[in-house]
Amino acid sequence: MSEETAILDVQGVSLQFGGVRALSDVTFSVAKGELFAIIGPNGAGKTSMMNCISGRYTPTEGRVIFKGREVTGLKPNQRADLGIGRTFQNLALFGHMSVLDNIMVGRHHLLKNGFLRGALYWGLAQREELAHRRDVEDIIDFLEITHIRKAMAGTLPYGLRKRVELARAIALNPDLILLDEPMAGMNLEEKEDMARFIIDLNEEWGISVIMIEHDMGVVMDISHRVAVLDFGQKIAEGLPDEIMNNPRVKTAYLGEDDGGLVFTDDDEEVA
Amino acid sequence: MATMSLRPCGDFRTTYKQDTVIFDTRNSRWAMVLFLMALYVMVLIPVLAPGVEEAPVLSSLFAPFYNAQYLSLAIQACYWGIAALGLNILVGFTGQISLGHAAFFGIGAFGSAYLNNTYGIPVVLSIPLAGLIAAAVGLLFGSPAARIKGLYLAIATLAAQFIIEDLFIRLDWFTGGSYGSLANSIELFGVTFDTDQKFFLFALSLTIILFVLAANLMRSRDGRAFVAVRDHYLSAEVMGINLTKYRILSFGISSFYAGIGGALYGHYLGFVSAEGFTILLSIQFLGIIIIGGLGSVMGAMLGTIFMVLLPEVMAGGVDIIASTEWGNTPMITNGLAYFKEMAIGAAIILFLIFEPDGLAHRWRLIKAYWKLYPFSY
Ligand SMILES: Nc1ncnc2c1ncn2[C@@H]1O[C@H](COP(=O)(O)OP(=O)(O)OP(=O)(O)O)[C@@H](O)[C@H]1O
Ligand SMILES: [Mg+2]
Repeated sequence: MSEETAILDVQGVSLQFGGVRALSDVTFSVAKGELFAIIGPNGAGKTSMMNCISGRYTPTEGRVIFKGREVTGLKPNQRADLGIGRTFQNLALFGHMSVLDNIMVGRHHLLKNGFLRGALYWGLAQREELAHRRDVEDIIDFLEITHIRKAMAGTLPYGLRKRVELARAIALNPDLILLDEPMAGMNLEEKEDMARFIIDLNEEWGISVIMIEHDMGVVMDISHRVAVLDFGQKIAEGLPDEIMNNPRVKTAYLGEDDGGLVFTDDDEEVA
Repeated sequence: MATMSLRPCGDFRTTYKQDTVIFDTRNSRWAMVLFLMALYVMVLIPVLAPGVEEAPVLSSLFAPFYNAQYLSLAIQACYWGIAALGLNILVGFTGQISLGHAAFFGIGAFGSAYLNNTYGIPVVLSIPLAGLIAAAVGLLFGSPAARIKGLYLAIATLAAQFIIEDLFIRLDWFTGGSYGSLANSIELFGVTFDTDQKFFLFALSLTIILFVLAANLMRSRDGRAFVAVRDHYLSAEVMGINLTKYRILSFGISSFYAGIGGALYGHYLGFVSAEGFTILLSIQFLGIIIIGGLGSVMGAMLGTIFMVLLPEVMAGGVDIIASTEWGNTPMITNGLAYFKEMAIGAAIILFLIFEPDGLAHRWRLIKAYWKLYPFSY
């Protein structure tokens, strides 16, 4: 991958939690406009990788470079300002806010009126709020959640919450969006919808995507390239077909060489 | 779908602007405006036309509006309400805790008196300046919030309460030490707000302004950021919200409101002394927002009114019991002071158990009921 077309470069990232080595020397690169998937068995370090990119964790070693700029030491909010959005493996909405307000929070770094103008409201702050409200409504339309825009986020069923989380991340106007198991725990229909949204936001909105997903069918269908983590190490990277037929990947998943890649999805912990 | 909106059928919004108003129905907005205007007029008329008290029918109509006791309760509701709103921004909206709110209330009271007495700054200016002083001190004592939360933050604010309380006695030049300091009346456009009626009009205006500012804040960027920090700080951070900034800013704004409330209190009493700003008052402010509803602007006022009226109702109850033969014992007649505090404690506990969303929630239900009356669907 040449430097100019890469939106994200992960260079030799290692992450240590006491005795646990969650990531060892992981290197990969995501091109602008790419839909990149990270797969791997439970506890492989996928979420940890995402946390290193979004800034929740600082890698013990290695560098993260976003849009040609080193972001390794930056805080999550600073990376959000630069254009990294994300969703969480476990739902992380603002439960007591309406769906609309949740998504408006995504606009935070794009809004310029602080507490003084906010308190005076009429005039500058209001004009800005309404302008962004329009953009937020576009996102709401796109994700087909018009009917719940006034509902309290905490009262929504699981599948819709995942969708609202995606909406909130899109509202950030990110160049890169990180999706941690966007389809975990969904039924087939919900998964299809979600897959469609992810393809659209990648193709039509031009947002680069890194997606962690256990459902291999979806991964093989929609992603452009796939990286495989196992015990914190990258064991393979390539086109979906190549990954499907990679013997090391099969071993990592099934502990043996034969058999297709059939995975059940499991919804579990670790933020 | 479960929506929280309790608007009646047929009340559709056609612009986003209509959808971001403070009061969510036209009726509730106008009811509030009318109520406040009526309040102004009813208090103002006896001020402007002193003869009204003697007129036959009018005197009974206006009686409550120049009744000294009612007015002093209403003024108390104003200065407590402003301070309680500040605490609600910190606790209810941002999800932090403070056991030192009374100290910032005190800083406002002393600060305004000091600025006015020492530099001759007019009271109408010294009140907001005192708010800024309280905010600055609040930012300072709130800075631990950048690193600590929950119980540890509670202890840090408790320390702030005691340190500041101690300083009130020690900093003679600022507070008048154990003697306290005098606070002048408010003057504006040549009018001196020296009677309770006039003072109430001033206090009410200030209260309305500060409540509207807070309601505006909560429907704009930084208000949402506070709630986001409260609800899920990790994802707030990923949404571009600087946690440290908002955690500390919330202390600043909260203390600003406390300071204004305190300044108003000082200029009302005419005298400020350190005994008024103890931990008990801090806890009472917490009680107010729990009873009124955490995270509700209106709730801060409802809780304050409840807290202001509670001792009065208690006193009435005690009077009735004491008037009976069996109740006329020293235990009852002398016990009022204790009954009051017990009642406050009991009220907080009962609200926590039975109405954790506070009076604000009841208020919404009542509004919804009347909107749909007589058909409940
Ligand atoms: N904050 C933490 N402290 C200590 N250990 C951690 C922490 N976060 C993750 N780990 C450990 O790092 C390893 C990788 O965890 P991670 O959550 O990244 O896995 P994952 O690939 O996302 O798994 P899953 O598919 O179950 O979500 C695990 O062994 C986990 O226990
Ligand atoms: Mg994970």
